[in-house]
Amino acid sequence: MKQQVTSTETLEGPPKTERLSGAEAILRCLIEEQVDTIFGYPGGAIMPVYDALYHYDKQLRHILPRHEQGAIHAAEGYARVTRRTGVCMATSGPGAANLVTGLADALLDSVPLVCITGQVYYHLLGSDAFQETDVINCTMPVTKWNYQITSAREIPEVFAKAFYVANTGRPGPVVIDITKNAQIEMLDFRYEKQGPIRSYKPKPKPSTSALTAAAALINAAERPLILAGHGIQIAHGQEAFRQFVEKSGIPLACTIHGLSSIPNSHPLHMGMLGMHGNYAPNVMQNRCDVLIAIGMRFDDRVTGNLEKYAKQAKVIHIEIDPSEINKNVPADVPVLADAKEALEKLLPMIKEKQYPEWIARFKEMDAEEEEKVIRHDMSPSEDGQIRMGMVVREVSRQTKGQAVVATDVGQHQMIAARYYDYESTNQWVSSGGAGTMGYGLPAAFGAKLAQPEREVVAFIGDGGFQMTIQELGLCAQMDTAVKIVLLDNNFLGMVRQWQELFFDRRYSSVELQNPDFVKIAEGFGVPGKTISDPAELSESIAEMLAHDGPYLLHVRVEKETNTFPMVPSGAAVDEIVLEPQPKA
Amino acid sequence: MEKQQFTITVFTENYSGLMSRVVSVFSRRHINIESLTTSQSSQPDIHRFTIVVQVTEEMVRKLVAQLEKQVDVLKAFYYTSEEVVYQEIALYKVPTHVFSNSENVEHLIRKHNARVLVIEPEFIVLEKTGHEHETTAFFHELEKIGIYEFVRSGRVAIVKPMERLNRYLKELETEQTN
Ligand SMILES: Cc1ncc(C[n+]2csc(CCOP(=O)(O)OP(=O)(O)O)c2C)c(N)n1
Ligand SMILES: [Mg+2]
Repeated sequence: MKQQVTSTETLEGPPKTERLSGAEAILRCLIEEQVDTIFGYPGGAIMPVYDALYHYDKQLRHILPRHEQGAIHAAEGYARVTRRTGVCMATSGPGAANLVTGLADALLDSVPLVCITGQVYYHLLGSDAFQETDVINCTMPVTKWNYQITSAREIPEVFAKAFYVANTGRPGPVVIDITKNAQIEMLDFRYEKQGPIRSYKPKPKPSTSALTAAAALINAAERPLILAGHGIQIAHGQEAFRQFVEKSGIPLACTIHGLSSIPNSHPLHMGMLGMHGNYAPNVMQNRCDVLIAIGMRFDDRVTGNLEKYAKQAKVIHIEIDPSEINKNVPADVPVLADAKEALEKLLPMIKEKQYPEWIARFKEMDAEEEEKVIRHDMSPSEDGQIRMGMVVREVSRQTKGQAVVATDVGQHQMIAARYYDYESTNQWVSSGGAGTMGYGLPAAFGAKLAQPEREVVAFIGDGGFQMTIQELGLCAQMDTAVKIVLLDNNFLGMVRQWQELFFDRRYSSVELQNPDFVKIAEGFGVPGKTISDPAELSESIAEMLAHDGPYLLHVRVEKETNTFPMVPSGAAVDEIVLEPQPKA
Repeated sequence: MEKQQFTITVFTENYSGLMSRVVSVFSRRHINIESLTTSQSSQPDIHRFTIVVQVTEEMVRKLVAQLEKQVDVLKAFYYTSEEVVYQEIALYKVPTHVFSNSENVEHLIRKHNARVLVIEPEFIVLEKTGHEHETTAFFHELEKIGIYEFVRSGRVAIVKPMERLNRYLKELETEQTN
């Protein structure tokens, strides 16, 4: 990047540097990058930074969770709703190791993070010093980039690169490991944002020939289908996407992270893809003639059996990460580009069309799903118990589809994805690629902290809740009004479902002896209530939403019920089943 | 698709942590690296890895894409064995007494185009460059006499097509000045 010559520079020579400690320089780098919040946990090897932070509490808000995993999932939640880089900090050894799950999660779900970890003194590296862990090698496979700073003067340049790498191209987590001496040493501080890097081209320009070929396929299609992925919201391409959909008239289905890229109520929105997605879009991937995949990576939970996936279709793959193209599904027309830019360029090239007959086929299948699955999920069990779907629907109704929905992992997650009506945008905060139990509560906290004006509801299972339940303390301490809906089936439900369907009902280690959740929440200072009667549902949800502050609604739901539809593992997407199959 | 031997050249920035990143692209897929050599490239500030693997062409394409995905990798290319000129170097430490008592030693050295590097009272070090089957053939002949120590380097390779890195760097330059 060419340096801009400002008037002060020409008058007074090159910009001045300041003499700062490494620790203070780190904070100044964060401020230069418009960071306002750090999610972190102190300890020996990062103490100089915490000391410097003491003097910066006006510019930088530090959030102290109860566990570093809480810190990093909170930073993910923050990043997911704002699309800005989440910042985490931890000490060396166990502190850094506790971040690893979150890093893996963020890498798979393309979440921009910069994580700062303390490290032992440079001269002690490799000596098995107290709390020394080789963080660079531990985090190498779960980061987009990582780097160890061993001298204070490296700080500005490495931080600039870290922020640039984390949130350009396909976003991802970055770790900066900083030895303690580098935090203490002094440096002449001057910050410059990162310019282009010769080894890293984050924003490929879509080629004209690829766009032309894509437009030709789209214009000639008879049964086209759009697969909308996370990339649309990451690229801030929602408006471009809506225009593309409406002009082309092509029905669309969202991947799980594509949820809320366009309102559910949009007439061309056909539902969700995936193992527990909707019936029609799953099947239609194997019936369409042109498949337009936008900002998604053909994850195995979307494609089912690859050998039998969309073989009849011409595939247009719009994707920013070159390594995703032809990785799982060969693309007839790869468009290597940012989703927004590609859609804006395609818009004038495509014809205005409509596909009433093709869409009618989706509607027929919807009716079947309604009858065989949704009606079941929306009614109490035979013995009068609440079903998860009823809870999600009611929350959706009362929040008018506008809430940020955070989830944990399991049956309740699939139900939340299926039955909440996503009418806003950037409102889906969930662990998809990694399926990290324990994600829900801290991620919901991070989302609410970032956007206090939005309603944030966390749907969490009784299993996953107990993995990061300590963050109730964080919600209480910060008085952050996360609304927790605990969908308690007294089981590791999703695993139990698999044992029921594929392991002849041999229930192996899936039943939990649960605590009194409301008492626990109260112990942390979070009020709550337990319900089990469908008649109490609506009013209790209203009560929860009206409460000013964090709240736990503990809903006892039917214990043994299965999440359908389901693409059994190894099956093709059009072999999706709507109900349990008789044993062969 | 058939597996075949490919030579991958990877051009990178010169950071200490990069070796692990490059290697893990292979190890996480259980792909055995047959040989790996690192050195400077024709550009003094660009580091070069030369990696030999036995995979399908589909896989080597994915590997190259994954390598290029790494932030500090400038470019990666793959070549079939026909597209590269390559050599390996092998060193052999053999007992001196056998050597001095055998007539066919001179013949062996000439036949295999090997060189004597060092002569010590106890051992002699021989050097041979060539392809793996050639250095192995020499090894088997020496084995009959007795070998104290044997070592073979990784592959160094020069590609027959004009080095695409230079073209890439030129492109980068024009891109950035525009
Ligand atoms: C950290 C972690 N460990 C294990 C799993 C495997 N797993 C997936 S879903 C699930 C059950 C979750 O149970 P619960 O939180 O009660 O949710 P439910 O399925 O009952 O709604 C388990 C154990 C996982 N996804 N993450
Ligand atoms: Mg459960």
